[in-house]
Amino acid sequence: MPYEAWKDNEYIEKLVKELQENGTNVIVGKLDQLINWGRSNSIWPLTFATSCCGIEFVSLGAARYDMARFGWEVARASPRQADFMMVAGTIVHRMVPVFRRLYDQLAEPKYVIACGSCAISGGPFKKSYHVAMGIEDIVPVDVFVPGCPPRPEAMIYGIMQLSRKIKVEKFFGGVNRQEKQEEFLKAHPVPEVND
Amino acid sequence: MANIQEKISKLFPQATFERTDILEVTIADEQWHDLAHALRHDAEMAFDFLVTIVGMDWKEQGLGCIYELISTARNERISVKVMATGDREKPFVHSVYDLWDIATIYEREVYDYFGIIFINNPDMRRLFLNIDWKGYPLRKDYNDDPNINPVSIENERQTDFTDTWVERDGKIVKEERRVFQPEDFVVNIGPQHPATHGVLRFRTAVDGEIIKKIDIYLGYIHRGVEKICEMDTYPQTLHFMDRLDYFSAHPYHHCLCMLIEEAAGIQISRRAQVIRVLMDELSRIASHCLFIGTYCMDLGATTMLFYTLRVREQILDIMEKTCGARMTFNYDCIGGVMQDLHPDFVKDVHALLDVLPANIKEYNKIFTGNVIARDRMEDVGVLTREDAISWAVTGPNGRGSGWACDVRKCAPYSIYSELDFEEVVRTEGDSMARFKVRMDEMVQSARIIAQLIDNIPDGEYCVKVPKVLKLPVGHWFKMVEGCRGTFGIYLESDGSTMPYRLKIAPPCLPAAAVVDHITRGQKIADLITIGGSMDYIVPDIDR
Amino acid sequence: MQDLSVGTAWIHSFLLGYMPEWLAVTLECLLVGVGLMLLYAVLALFYILFERKVCAYFQCRLGPNRVGPWGLLQSVADMFKILIKELISLNHIDKFLFALAPYLVIIASMLAFAVLPWGNGLQIIDFNVGIFFLLAVSSIGVLGILLAGWSSNNKFTLIGALRSGAQMVSYELSMGLCVVTMVVIAGSMSVTDIVMAQEHLWFIFSGHIPAIIAFVIFMIAGTAETNRGPFDLPEAESELTAGYHTEYSGIHFGFFYLAEYLNLFIVSGVAALLFFGGWMPLHIPGFDAFNNVMNYIPSVIWFIGKAIALSFIIIWFKWTFPRLRIDQLLTLEWKYLLPINLFNLVLMVIVVTYNLYL
Repeated sequence: MPYEAWKDNEYIEKLVKELQENGTNVIVGKLDQLINWGRSNSIWPLTFATSCCGIEFVSLGAARYDMARFGWEVARASPRQADFMMVAGTIVHRMVPVFRRLYDQLAEPKYVIACGSCAISGGPFKKSYHVAMGIEDIVPVDVFVPGCPPRPEAMIYGIMQLSRKIKVEKFFGGVNRQEKQEEFLKAHPVPEVND
Repeated sequence: MANIQEKISKLFPQATFERTDILEVTIADEQWHDLAHALRHDAEMAFDFLVTIVGMDWKEQGLGCIYELISTARNERISVKVMATGDREKPFVHSVYDLWDIATIYEREVYDYFGIIFINNPDMRRLFLNIDWKGYPLRKDYNDDPNINPVSIENERQTDFTDTWVERDGKIVKEERRVFQPEDFVVNIGPQHPATHGVLRFRTAVDGEIIKKIDIYLGYIHRGVEKICEMDTYPQTLHFMDRLDYFSAHPYHHCLCMLIEEAAGIQISRRAQVIRVLMDELSRIASHCLFIGTYCMDLGATTMLFYTLRVREQILDIMEKTCGARMTFNYDCIGGVMQDLHPDFVKDVHALLDVLPANIKEYNKIFTGNVIARDRMEDVGVLTREDAISWAVTGPNGRGSGWACDVRKCAPYSIYSELDFEEVVRTEGDSMARFKVRMDEMVQSARIIAQLIDNIPDGEYCVKVPKVLKLPVGHWFKMVEGCRGTFGIYLESDGSTMPYRLKIAPPCLPAAAVVDHITRGQKIADLITIGGSMDYIVPDIDR
Repeated sequence: MQDLSVGTAWIHSFLLGYMPEWLAVTLECLLVGVGLMLLYAVLALFYILFERKVCAYFQCRLGPNRVGPWGLLQSVADMFKILIKELISLNHIDKFLFALAPYLVIIASMLAFAVLPWGNGLQIIDFNVGIFFLLAVSSIGVLGILLAGWSSNNKFTLIGALRSGAQMVSYELSMGLCVVTMVVIAGSMSVTDIVMAQEHLWFIFSGHIPAIIAFVIFMIAGTAETNRGPFDLPEAESELTAGYHTEYSGIHFGFFYLAEYLNLFIVSGVAALLFFGGWMPLHIPGFDAFNNVMNYIPSVIWFIGKAIALSFIIIWFKWTFPRLRIDQLLTLEWKYLLPINLFNLVLMVIVVTYNLYL
């Protein structure tokens, strides 16, 4: 996809600028590029769907949209082996702890895509007594994909955006999203489990 | 009907009657269990199918329940209204769990929403909400301040005990019972698990690979649709129907539209009716296609999913051209349908009808005849006809057990009475039967479409409806055949623009509730087979 | 037919000219080890891509085609990712066994590589009970799986491991008996001898009926041994999340993932060895011209080609059949495959005794 065809290049440019403020070592930079190439081209989803958007995610895997082209079809059922979580569907009060635990179980580096209006803001269920108004307060979100449910094309676009984001990241040193993630986690601590 | 009224009034002189198109009985709680027993077991009445229990909050008049009952032998419906005793803190109604198996879970739902305690029900836990949830959300005086019940990432409190209220020496006392015994090896399947088709949770006690008991844990996608509907105007309530069982979006819409049209006295054009039926049947084919695919995937034959999705995509294309969406169509509206059919509609549907038989043949060739598939499905999860009725398992699941429960046949709505199609019924009651029923229903749906597609009458697709729609005071109950079974809506209006109470009776809740009953003694792998064959959609269970 | 042992012998003598024998042998061992590792990684990457592509074509899809030309670098990218993925440390587990298990699995499959007949003279160790050694080391893998399931302290992994234990122990029996059947016709347990015995005609043809029966059973048992569909119960995704390796992340999971594909290669390699002549080109008695042409194709290509063709069949199984249930799986082995196998062994003995083979 040509660079101009993307919708929000300013964001990525800002991210790159932020990252490059400290300057880069040549060897480390090259290594970073290699690692990021690997990471950005191999993002495995967690099979996680709560409602309607999940069915569109199934369509995404089917022959018409075939996400296998990009190497995303290795959907892992165990969060330990997945790279990103496509939050496809409404997250309700009872699901929140489970959802957060799933996020904590993902191995680093982990990413979250909020897919569909329910996951972004509560969507059509905004007035409900039992729906969490968006998942932003529960986990750090990398990409938002609007729609109710988003079309598979939109989902592809969303995951490709994630892939672009991973590509400009830094593995060694410098400012990276890990720090932001830690900030978030500090603000939203996980309660101790006693068992 | 008249003799039933006579009979009831002879047995229970205090009962009061009201006749709309069906018989409505009002009775006090003291006599309710006896009346229920008579309704269920009396040979002349034999109301063996409990469609739903509607919990109600009539504000000053108190809380109560409305039981919708159907006699499967005579195709007759009766509605019983029971007022709860006690104050709003602790209202009581007697349980009928011993008469209809499905009442166990329906009563838990009412308890969860309204706090009505059912005496003798062995399991009075909340169904959808946390143990520590404050308040009963569907009561009219519920305080929905988010600070009372905040979103929390802390694990909810769980207990292996359940409460039950029993009558001892004229007093109602609370007792504690165990759900699982201390020595049980409990495996937690779900809520995030590939086999549960969403966020359903089974706590499964196993002995080796053998299942001893399943405790079904719901509410992971409970979105409180019934409550939101009470805050919306009638046209606004419609779009939630798309998001319950997202494969049955058209039939569910159809149901609510018919209900509101009937209440408001709106006559819709024949063209709109034909379009609605066409859409219903198309979505039935799409839904069954996806069922076959995901079911085969559960059993390990992943490739089938891609073959069935091929047909589904074709149907979605047809829908998209006309409705503008792939899943949440919001197409049926009060007075007809949103837009007229796309000019390509007839051509596209013909193309679909041409390829469908070959595809069904292919599915049978790859999967149905396979010896492994047969071994996995035959005689697994046998549900008898009596159990199917008692557990209110409708739709293809019920018909797989020999219960002819197709609403399109036994209470025809729209133009179904004029159409020529067969109700697919099999008698084996196992997973294979449920699978085959769906295969055959695709053929029957195609037959209906073939009858209609070439003679869609001209006319307006939507009649004029007042901008602000008010329904008269009253209550209505309507059922349609969704893709997964009997879908009912109970609507009570107080004369305003918004429903006073809109109760949704989904087909998937009984289908999930019966899993415990039919998996006992089977293997863990059979749980997947059985759960898959029941084909429940979790947002439809939880609403 | 070029004999590659000439090359290896030359290297050995070359080294001996500069250093004492013990050093030369150590150096050679190191060289072979590194070469094996490389081969191992390359084969695994190839297999992962191969399966993804094949399954995509079965499902009317395209499969990976964006990373590198025709998606060839897809599994390389996956490897980079998995290498630097976090290894989650868990509480309440047996840490030593948990860390040991993936290595056991990978070592088992690597040891099996030692005796595969890669080409004419290209074999790491050639000793007189080679095929026996192969059976022995391949059963170490099940130990790794059992340990993985048990040490994870998770109910799903435990059930997965128990299933896998029952399954692999049962099907090893069938595999062993198939091997014994073919050893009867070869008259030797040495891998080289088995290959040489097929110089005129592959065993699948010369052994006719009993060999074909043994081949079918071997393929079924081999599929079960590698935990692949329709026998993928230990990691049945729709039942047990990810089975015995649910709790593993990063490179530890990568090992299991690689071992699965390598075992696929080993099973098809052994099948190629026992039934299709290992690296031996296709020879038909009487057609000398044809045989000579066949000899021009390098033996390494013959072996790898045969193995990949046989793996294709196993992949085909996986993407066609639904999964068996645990009791059906054991019934199939103990009630059908085992008796047939025993009968087949007797049949083979009769065939060999009365010289009925071709």
